[in-house]
Amino acid sequence: MENTKDTLIELKHVKKVFEDGVTVIEDLSLEIKKGEFVTLLGPSGCGKTTILRMIGGFEKPTSGELLLNGKDISNLPPNERPINTVFQKYALFPHLNVYDNITFGLKIKGVDKKTQDEKVKKVLEMVDLEGFEKRSISTLSGGQQQRIAIARAIVNEPEVLLLDESLSALDAKMRKEMQIELKEMHKKLGITFIFVTHDQEEALTMSDKVVVMSDGDVQQIGTPEDIYNEPKNLFVADFIGESNIFNGKMVGKKLVEFGGAVFECVDDYAVDTVIDAVVRPEDVEITKAGEGRIQGEVLSCDFKGIFYVTNVKTDKAEIEIHNLKSYQIGEKVGLDLAPDSIHIIPYDTSINHYEGEITEYEPEIGLRVVFEDFSLRVPAAQIFQGCKTENGKLLDAEGKEIAWEGRKVIASFAPEDATLSDDADAGFVAGDIFNFIYMDDHYRYRVRSESEEDYIVNDEYLWNNEDHVSISVPMEKFSFELKKA
Amino acid sequence: MKQKHGFQRKQLAIPYAIFLLLFVILPLLVVIFYAFTNEDGHFSLENYVAFFRSGKTVGTLLYSIVIALVTTVICLLIAYPTAYVLSKTGLKSGDALLLLFVLPMWINFTLRITALKEILTLIEGNLAFHPFANTIICMVYDFLPFMIMPLYNTLTKLDDSFIEAAQDLGAKKHHVFLKVILPLSVPGIVSGVTMVFLPSMTNYVVLDMVYNSTFIMGSLIGSYFSAYDWHNGSVISIILLLIICLITALSSRYTEGETDGRVGAMK
Repeated sequence: MENTKDTLIELKHVKKVFEDGVTVIEDLSLEIKKGEFVTLLGPSGCGKTTILRMIGGFEKPTSGELLLNGKDISNLPPNERPINTVFQKYALFPHLNVYDNITFGLKIKGVDKKTQDEKVKKVLEMVDLEGFEKRSISTLSGGQQQRIAIARAIVNEPEVLLLDESLSALDAKMRKEMQIELKEMHKKLGITFIFVTHDQEEALTMSDKVVVMSDGDVQQIGTPEDIYNEPKNLFVADFIGESNIFNGKMVGKKLVEFGGAVFECVDDYAVDTVIDAVVRPEDVEITKAGEGRIQGEVLSCDFKGIFYVTNVKTDKAEIEIHNLKSYQIGEKVGLDLAPDSIHIIPYDTSINHYEGEITEYEPEIGLRVVFEDFSLRVPAAQIFQGCKTENGKLLDAEGKEIAWEGRKVIASFAPEDATLSDDADAGFVAGDIFNFIYMDDHYRYRVRSESEEDYIVNDEYLWNNEDHVSISVPMEKFSFELKKA
Repeated sequence: MKQKHGFQRKQLAIPYAIFLLLFVILPLLVVIFYAFTNEDGHFSLENYVAFFRSGKTVGTLLYSIVIALVTTVICLLIAYPTAYVLSKTGLKSGDALLLLFVLPMWINFTLRITALKEILTLIEGNLAFHPFANTIICMVYDFLPFMIMPLYNTLTKLDDSFIEAAQDLGAKKHHVFLKVILPLSVPGIVSGVTMVFLPSMTNYVVLDMVYNSTFIMGSLIGSYFSAYDWHNGSVISIILLLIICLITALSSRYTEGETDGRVGAMK
């Protein structure tokens, strides 16, 4: 946001609810500068295509603003926007030949025939398909259709070019070529490219700026290097590239403990802060057995062409390493980490907090607290410290009666205190597994209930996305905080 | 699939093959035989000469073409917007609404025309005042579903991304329609036209019921055959057959070209 003058497109608090009531985007703000190559990256269903379609004019935001050069264009139809799109399946008109496809936009603008010819020649040169003017669309290969689709868009000299998963239909080799060509084309044209993909490698290769999205929300915006080396949260760390993720805590100034050892690191957080440490497989150093701070045994070692993938089992975890040497299975090795290879993400303390209301009190059983998804029977002392019961009334430490009725309470639990079960009635709440991340010795699950609340649970067993599970937490592991009356 | 007990899948076609032979191929041969012979059983083309010499027969042919043409154009003008709206309302309700238009096909044809006749008599007083208009109204009413169905099928299959691509390239609504939707729905138009034009050229029931006229190819054939004039009846059948072949050949060339292009773009 340094120089707002260069901002070309701005999304301000955009919300999108589809006609069937599904909210794809809750509240999203995003800024795109002139001439940038921006990639919206995320798993399918994260809302990236919806954003692209809103910029293109094919969807209207339910609320919020969509600015182009500072003007709100939310209600402008697609044909009045200086924006062109390369569609996922290209959408080349089958009844027109290459020339007529490319000049479709020019003819509508009333460009004269001579200029049309010149422009078509120029863009066909640019996409390396000189002399294809008279060819019919059905005779073109996938890669050629892709190029014609790009030519058809850029011939209109748009301010912004939108590319919707445009390379996903190509085979691997062709895709690599197109990645490089698109990047060069971007340099030559100097216009803004907005590219949507679920392929992280594609995003890292091509973009100036990557917007990592998940679940209708921006997770991180940054250069490819930033996103890879300094992931803001576990989702980004897990989604971009391979990573080893450890639970740990700070034990001193720039000293962190995880995986059974203490390491120096470059991030500084207060002592005792609970953290997640992200270590890229290529940053782990394998040493002789006995040297290094972690000891382990080689579980597997696979050749991948340029490097070996070695899995080492330590007494606490399983660690993936990429390097150039091969190891024997069963070989004892030591592992070590350089300070700058450890990326620390402070533990998100805002998770697993749920607001409820006290609705009932029974001296023998305790308080009933009703939450959106579930209700709990809580021993009164867990909410009101030092309280006692006299004649069926709840009194505080000084013997005054407590007005418990309708009091708001925040309940929370730590992910490691919860367990999952496939018996929907076993726990206090049930939901479907929304996503999960493999951590050094367990998985971290995000369970989504029917009312769209999320519950974060660490579990050592492997469940699958969309498994229906219930969550159990021992009552004493819940902590409760009273909101001020 | 391995074949056991000597059974082959193509044997399932035997019943239809027998039907085809008995009721399509043999009668066709008979018709061809009669069309090219005279009463003595000798080869002759004089029946054709007679057909094109007679003012009555040529007039009936032209009149049938006029009726079929007007019916087809009106059907197309009504069916296209209807099918377009139906195809864009979202699949489920579209299918339900389509049923409303197709439902009359389930009611007996004569019953429908009789009912329509009564309604028209009620409005006009006497059907004899506007015989041609009444014929067209009944024809359109009768054939409309056959025009809507193929158009609806084509339009629902039309990928929205073509429309979006056109808008993206600066096309206003009328551009989108004229330059993308209309050309891409040509296969539907062609099969709708084929399904309406040919039957309405021979539909003598409507003409008989509301016009009291026999100036249509169907009744011409009927009148010859009922007079045991097999030769002249067959000649007209062959002429109609040739017209049908011509139109089908033209339209299938058109539709094939169109679908090829579409498949290519979807790859």
